[in-house]
Amino acid sequence: MKTIYFDNNATTRIANEVFEAMKPFLTDLYGNPSSMHTFGGQVEKYIRHSREQIARLLGCDSSEIIFTSGGTESDNAAIKGVLAALPEKRKIITTRVEHPAVLATCREMQAAGYKLIELGVDREGQISLDELGVEVDDDTAIVTIMYANNETGVIFPIEKIAEIVKAKGAVFHTDAVQAVGKIPLNLDKSNIDLLSLSGHKLHAPKGIGALYIKKGTRISPFIVGGHQEKNRRAGTENVAGIVALGKATELAEGTMEQENTKVKKLRDKLENAILKTCKGATLNGDKNNRLPNTCNISFEYIEGEAILLLLDQFGICASSGSACTSGSLEPSHVLRAMGVPFTAAHGSIRFSLSRYNTEEEVDFVIEKIPAIVNRLRELSPFVK
Amino acid sequence: MWDYNPKVMEYFLHPKNAGEIENPDGVGEEGSLACGDALKLTFKLDKNGRIADAKFKTFGCASAIASASIMTEMIKGLTIEEAEKITNKDIVDKLGGLPEQKMHCSVMGMEALQAAIANYRRGKGQPQKKIEGKIVCTCFGVTDREIEKVIIENDLDTVEQVTNYCKAGGGCGSCRGEIERIIEKIRGKKAGKDETAAKPKKLTNLQKIQLIQRTISEQIRPLLKADGGDIDLIDVEGSKVIVAFRGMCSKCPTAEFTMKDVVEARLREFVSSDIVVEEQSE
Repeated sequence: MKTIYFDNNATTRIANEVFEAMKPFLTDLYGNPSSMHTFGGQVEKYIRHSREQIARLLGCDSSEIIFTSGGTESDNAAIKGVLAALPEKRKIITTRVEHPAVLATCREMQAAGYKLIELGVDREGQISLDELGVEVDDDTAIVTIMYANNETGVIFPIEKIAEIVKAKGAVFHTDAVQAVGKIPLNLDKSNIDLLSLSGHKLHAPKGIGALYIKKGTRISPFIVGGHQEKNRRAGTENVAGIVALGKATELAEGTMEQENTKVKKLRDKLENAILKTCKGATLNGDKNNRLPNTCNISFEYIEGEAILLLLDQFGICASSGSACTSGSLEPSHVLRAMGVPFTAAHGSIRFSLSRYNTEEEVDFVIEKIPAIVNRLRELSPFVK
Repeated sequence: MWDYNPKVMEYFLHPKNAGEIENPDGVGEEGSLACGDALKLTFKLDKNGRIADAKFKTFGCASAIASASIMTEMIKGLTIEEAEKITNKDIVDKLGGLPEQKMHCSVMGMEALQAAIANYRRGKGQPQKKIEGKIVCTCFGVTDREIEKVIIENDLDTVEQVTNYCKAGGGCGSCRGEIERIIEKIRGKKAGKDETAAKPKKLTNLQKIQLIQRTISEQIRPLLKADGGDIDLIDVEGSKVIVAFRGMCSKCPTAEFTMKDVVEARLREFVSSDIVVEEQSE
């Protein structure tokens, strides 16, 4: 059976060009870039090249990039590193719809004595900029707000947010793992101080990520040990991963337009067809400010895990905000924060596409999904 | 991904007895949309008082659908008295096992069956054997009797297991201590510490307010925060504590058991047993 992969916000396939670029560093070029001998030392220039590739995509200087093990580490390093460097400030501001990598880190710091403000969102998943303006004060060390939401694709007005935070003198971090490669960035001209990105969300492998740190930002190292990354992140470099991430960002520069044309067109076709043909289907999130690849739809009175397992019978991969899929008994914290009724939150499905998807795949899903929904609706005691 | 066995998948993909019987002798409904799973069971008896037909409708995941479907097969041909003896464990065994975190699906099957039997008896004018008890888990509306039943029938000994089996403790988590005590009671263990001893005998007004503040910020606020809500202490008048709920808590849909009850239970446990909580009027 052919796999139809519509779960690209969870992870993506490694681009062939990326795989080819990283291969030599898993075989012949295995040296340690910190070594004095030529065999190891020659690897250093590939790391430098990758840093430059990433800096080009982000519109920043290559010295502002440090490599990490992924988005979660970047988020932890940003938040904990800033708090450690600014011990006199005791307040953290975030939103209720952040990825757990940010939310759990903030709540851990709250348990350690920091004051935490979690901004609520409206029905479309947007925060109130006025409320943010009121909350940011002299005591605020860091404000951390995601660029785009992983579940709904909703994009926050990050430049405006960064401006508000900057005006009050706090540090601004954004988890941009879903945005990098899909939304053009120019960090040199931005008020963003820290930005997290993850390799496996943009066709590089898992286990590699980066943190952008604007020059002059006060931050303490999160992982200590050796002198790698100019003492900002210890540990022997994941050279193959770093080379892969560099290549993936270089590719993303060229494919960004496709994301907003080809991928968006496929997503819109899928979304419009589902909303038209499936009973009780509604769209979640701000329709006009969304990632071009993401669509989150609730199916009323039926449950997400059952939908996913029936899609899986056809090789279709998606994900759900239902409680059953997480094993936590609670549906998606993002949809709940948006005030999506329980009926709809338990039956929510996220389709997230990539440039590797085709129109045939979209047509196949469009053909299969109404019967799946009808079958579960027939079983549901709430459908009259 | 859950590791469902082929039998569970078979009953999910090709459920037997899906639907609803017209003019049934017994109807049982369990669960709710808010909880994420719900089951409606209907059955009809033959002239000898045996279950001639049974059908189900389920809102829920694969294991909820499979549990309900296999249960309808199990009860066909049984008398009411025989059907009444079916436990969630029987349903799980018949399915060849369920993932630990999905055990509550089998419990929902058993409870719908019991509700349908109770409904049948009510229709016959017979005294019903309904499960009584007081609500322990306000998030999912689970009583102490229901918790005791799953502990005894499935030989459970941790709070986590109880949550897997009947959801109790899986929401805000404020009842975990109480579930622990129910487990200890059944396991015949003596409660570890005497709680009344921890409570000061007579508090001055100031001490009382401080203790209420501390209980709210240490015990209650973190629970609400985890759900995107918050609470503010407005005033204390004698044993009356006035609070205001913020954020998600102010519009929580679990109507029957309000957050007020959770707060009250905590404050009674840690401050004074005569405390009454009131929500600040708008």
